Amino acid sequence: MAVKDYLRERFFPHMWCPGCGHGTILNALVHAVEELELNKNEIVMVSGIGCSARISGYVDFHSLHTLHGRALAFATGVKLSRPNLKVLVPMGDGDALAIGGNHFIHAARRNIDITAIVMNNRIYGMTGGQFSPLSGPGVKATTAPYTTIDNNFDVVELAKAAGASFVARSTAYHVKESTELLKKAILHKGFSVVEILSQCPTHYGRKNKEGDAVGMLELQKTNTAKLGSKALEDNPGLIPRGIFVEKECPEYCEEYDKIIAQAMKGRNS
Amino acid sequence: MAKKKLLEIMINRDWCKGCGICVQFCPTKVLELDGREKVVAVRPEDCICCKMCELRCPDLAIEVLTQEGDKDE
Repeated sequence: MAVKDYLRERFFPHMWCPGCGHGTILNALVHAVEELELNKNEIVMVSGIGCSARISGYVDFHSLHTLHGRALAFATGVKLSRPNLKVLVPMGDGDALAIGGNHFIHAARRNIDITAIVMNNRIYGMTGGQFSPLSGPGVKATTAPYTTIDNNFDVVELAKAAGASFVARSTAYHVKESTELLKKAILHKGFSVVEILSQCPTHYGRKNKEGDAVGMLELQKTNTAKLGSKALEDNPGLIPRGIFVEKECPEYCEEYDKIIAQAMKGRNS
Repeated sequence: MAKKKLLEIMINRDWCKGCGICVQFCPTKVLELDGREKVVAVRPEDCICCKMCELRCPDLAIEVLTQEGDKDE
């Protein structure tokens, strides 16, 4: 199947601003799904609220557009009732870790077979550029005209500590790497988290003098380095990219099936 | 690996929003924005078929059609 077969072309051009990194992430995701030759009837995309969440409208999979931050809760329900489906949950940084922070850590703790994609643009774009828990200190936002003082979460460290069995990070600039990481995450059995740094030129870039989309992509190139690379060794201040965790752990749906089997032992259903 | 041959750079002008990402990051500067801020392939003969424009385009507006170099498939 071609990439276009996975899109709902009637809704294009999409609603994201010119140069928005979320479009590139959508591009990487459909390329990943196409390269894996997945059947679109076996994929469910569950999203919450925000610019990032609009992604579920543009893909021709089963899709659920749900409550702010609660995408993972809905996805858990879908996965438990239909464990044979692939469940993808793209979320924005605020959606995943502010409003949905609790769902995020508990889904990771359970190690349920869901692919969570954190489209991190470090700002609430849709509502007008308020800072998010991933903005970090020293960032200008509409709610922080004198710059923020809040520390930010590190998605990778948080997911690792919460128990996710696959954790990776890439950027919208490194689109081939993102595609490969998404493919691995989709195939991984267990809770997989892929953080993809995205750019919001409209709210973040303009306020923080990072320039337009091109300028922000240049920064993604210069401010990150691959895990285990010489650049990262020489300059530990760079943001590491790559796979941080990849391990086999008991998966929640399988464990649940075992409990059902145990409870039904000796009974004629 | 056989070298890829360019057939066509298809640009969906209705979807392109003129962000310039493809123009900036094209390794051989094949693409440019025209007067209406839409991308056009001005030097397709220089294209090396890396498809980075297609992959990076946030509007999914570019498709690079290629053919395998030495065998017909």
